Amino acid sequence: MESKGNDLKKKETARVYKQQQIAPGIYDMWITTTLAERAKPGQFISVYTQDKSTLLPRPISICETDLANGRLRIVYRVAGKGTSEFSRYKTGHRIDVLGTLGNGFPLEKAEGRRVFLVGGGIGIPPMLSVAKELKNAASVDVIVGYRDKELFLADDLAQYASVHIATEDGSVGTKGTVIDAIEAERLKADVIFACGPMPMLRAIKKYCIEHGSQAFISLEERMACGVGVCLGCVVKTREVDHHSHVKNARICTDGPVYDAMDVEI
Amino acid sequence: MNTEITIAGVTFKNPVMTASGTFGSGMEYSDAGFVDLNCLGAVVTKGVANVPWEGNPTPRVQETYGGMLNAIGLQNPGIDVLIERDLPFLKQFDTRIIVNVCGRTVSDYVEVVEKLFDQPVDLLEINVSCPNVKHGGIAFGQHPRSLFDITKEMKAKAKQPIIMKLSPNVTDITEMAKAAEAAGSDAVSLINTITGMKIDVHKRAFALANKTGGLSGPAIKPVAVRMVYQVANAVKIPIIGMGGIANAEDALEFMLAGATGVAVGAMNFVNPYTTMEVVKGIEEYMQQYGIEELGEIIGAVK
Repeated sequence: MESKGNDLKKKETARVYKQQQIAPGIYDMWITTTLAERAKPGQFISVYTQDKSTLLPRPISICETDLANGRLRIVYRVAGKGTSEFSRYKTGHRIDVLGTLGNGFPLEKAEGRRVFLVGGGIGIPPMLSVAKELKNAASVDVIVGYRDKELFLADDLAQYASVHIATEDGSVGTKGTVIDAIEAERLKADVIFACGPMPMLRAIKKYCIEHGSQAFISLEERMACGVGVCLGCVVKTREVDHHSHVKNARICTDGPVYDAMDVEI
Repeated sequence: MNTEITIAGVTFKNPVMTASGTFGSGMEYSDAGFVDLNCLGAVVTKGVANVPWEGNPTPRVQETYGGMLNAIGLQNPGIDVLIERDLPFLKQFDTRIIVNVCGRTVSDYVEVVEKLFDQPVDLLEINVSCPNVKHGGIAFGQHPRSLFDITKEMKAKAKQPIIMKLSPNVTDITEMAKAAEAAGSDAVSLINTITGMKIDVHKRAFALANKTGGLSGPAIKPVAVRMVYQVANAVKIPIIGMGGIANAEDALEFMLAGATGVAVGAMNFVNPYTTMEVVKGIEEYMQQYGIEELGEIIGAVK
């Protein structure tokens, strides 16, 4: 039987602790919520709007947690009606959240190995909690790709590891992509944890095949339920999935993190 | 106060069920601690076919005003997995089990109902919104003759009572309901999703990979209530009503329109506790109005 018997999640009315804009269109929100207790790096939460014309949860990666104060942090881009509503919340505003969701990054794969933490654009936030919680790696290099000089979270990441920057416009660091930065700075790793746009994840997968390293990538897809029942957010898998019995896995539940070789991207 | 209902000789502790496709086989909502399955009248499982189906390419889901579109494409692990994995799980709970059945041809459906013959399942819900390959992709449930034929075949081959799940994408749903009744169906459930479309104006493309999808959620409730009312006044067999139920009041609307059972679907995604709240809310309503049993309100609005 596949029932886990105990895979507790919660939907609750939480409160905004504080929020600020940290780059054009990018917001940084700390939320006071019991969900902070169960958060693991690479997991996400479902955030609901108060406006009931927009029903579905918005899945947003957890950027960081503050267990002592019962808070978690999300850093998100305003992309539509839901995130637009969230960006207007001030301290004390009600925010309905459900979580914590997804499998998270397998941090144990980093033990004794050289690690890259790769983030591209709005894929950067979850890498902060990975950087914070990673233990016993042989080395850690954070490689982050931005469009321009708006280097959100770079300073936060620098507290935990060396940060290498790539910008599309060349204003800071290596001009180009994270792969360009890896090559320019001659960085090496055995295992990569990555989150970012699909072209970046494909490039990381290609890099791994060429260099014999292993990558764990965080995927996204349009979601409805977020908890594994609706089968909306599937990714094609290389092998038949043990739950679905077809070559599809649920990004919200079986993922969002996958070994890059196991998924067809 | 008695919240029990009976459909085709099967008694349910209350009228509240899950809408197929929105609840899996109950494992996820139960394991998460969102829903105590013992509280529900029934769990209606995701549609299952004779073999695993992969479903459609993504994006499969999109939000719409007060609702959502889905084009999952009936991905399912096949009947053998349902029997081996999901039914033993559901048997642990004190709730009725209704298995939703899909197929591409009538013989596909027959294979599933025959495999379920000796299984601990209380009723079968036959999904006739699956495109019928033999008739050029027209769903079984959109043509009264094919609906009649498949219903007859299901009644001939199945052990459990049959519920025909009706598609709203027809000119006259009462014609479909009558065809199901004439063929011997024990009950009907409605509505399934309404075909819809969304276009992304910035990408200048369809928002769903499948182009069209099924609309569900609160946006469809008025259409669903109207159809339940029409069907209730056209056939004698019991109705399980669904379409945007978000709370007990919505459920009661369906019952007053003529539904004996009610199912919660898309709103599970918005509030995972919805089914339990609907059960409680119905009890409170009965308390408030001194209603002893639900027969007093089913179809009471004429």
